[in-house]
Amino acid sequence: MSQETTHLGTSQADVATVKRIWKAFWILLVLTILELALGLTIYNIDLGVDPNETLVLILKGTICILTLAKAFYIISIFMHLGDEINNMVLTLALPACLFVWFIIAFISDGASFRNLRNTDGGSRHYIEQRQHFHHPISEPAEKADKKLD
Amino acid sequence: METAVAQAKTKLWGGGRSPFNVSYGKLMMWYFLMSDSFTFGAFLISYGTIRFSLNTWVDHNYVFNEFPLTEANLPLAFVSLMTFILIFSSVTMVLAVHEGHKMNQKGVAKWLFLTILGGVAFLSCQAWEWTHLITGQHEVLVNGVIERWGTTVSHNPWGPEVMFQGHLVATPGPVAFGGYFFGITGFHGFHVFTGVVINTIMFIKTVKGDFAKRGHYEMIEKTGLYWHFVDLVWVFVFLCFYLI
Repeated sequence: MSQETTHLGTSQADVATVKRIWKAFWILLVLTILELALGLTIYNIDLGVDPNETLVLILKGTICILTLAKAFYIISIFMHLGDEINNMVLTLALPACLFVWFIIAFISDGASFRNLRNTDGGSRHYIEQRQHFHHPISEPAEKADKKLD
Repeated sequence: METAVAQAKTKLWGGGRSPFNVSYGKLMMWYFLMSDSFTFGAFLISYGTIRFSLNTWVDHNYVFNEFPLTEANLPLAFVSLMTFILIFSSVTMVLAVHEGHKMNQKGVAKWLFLTILGGVAFLSCQAWEWTHLITGQHEVLVNGVIERWGTTVSHNPWGPEVMFQGHLVATPGPVAFGGYFFGITGFHGFHVFTGVVINTIMFIKTVKGDFAKRGHYEMIEKTGLYWHFVDLVWVFVFLCFYLI
């Protein structure tokens, strides 16, 4: 590695790099505090009389976007990927885009499972079943169709 | 024009040099981190699938509202502390790498030591969280009897509440919660632990002067990548289990 070996350097580039690192820290701290504020807002909405489901979803979506921003800062500045050659960044970023498909596919699978549960395998209209979760040890063996787990 | 382009291509990919201007070890660390991120991603996404497949799940504000040494109801407080500890240890790690670029042995040792402390602090917090959940005594109505349950991989007391003898009491919660929570935070905690071990080895090597002799601190950079990855995974675990 051909790096400048300025010992205990206080050169301009050095000071600027350290400033950039601490600036990234403060950005991450602010983003985390924002996420927590939104999380507590969701908590308080859910405690209320008629929680607005759409608002909760919007807040959750915003939290996800803030988390992606945090990920971007950590990867780009702390891990120095922002300083690497673009083509190398692409060998990492392009396969990571598979996550988009991954998440959409499996979350919609989960939604489908729930739909099948609530419509008894698609045989009737949708009724949100009350779900009972049982202690796997204390319950005697029961017929599978009696309970919904 | 074409010969110039062809010549440039041969020079870049002709061998004998790194086409990406990065060392083999660093590039392989990046590709390992990518594979590990898919492993964690698979765990978290399957957690999402199971959560989406059920009508009710645990209320994380209710499960994770304890803070050591107080009885107060403090949702999100303890895990915020853990997030702050890990982000701070990431900053100290970057500063250690930066000192390595300047060949400043003492600087590297100082910041690396603080990073190790941060890792140990995080693991201690996680240990407290696990102990508190497993040994919890939460009232739950099972077969018409009130029992007291903690959270384990086979059962947990975080199910929907029902009226029983005049007051609300919990029923058993989704069995999958325990397995997912302890499995994913445990796998992450294992990564933090191995990170602390590797950082300690690097600290000893730094203090001994191995890197000064080698002429570069690139090993610190590579372990730094692993440590930042651990922090990054925590950001997403924090998101999935505590925020949404």
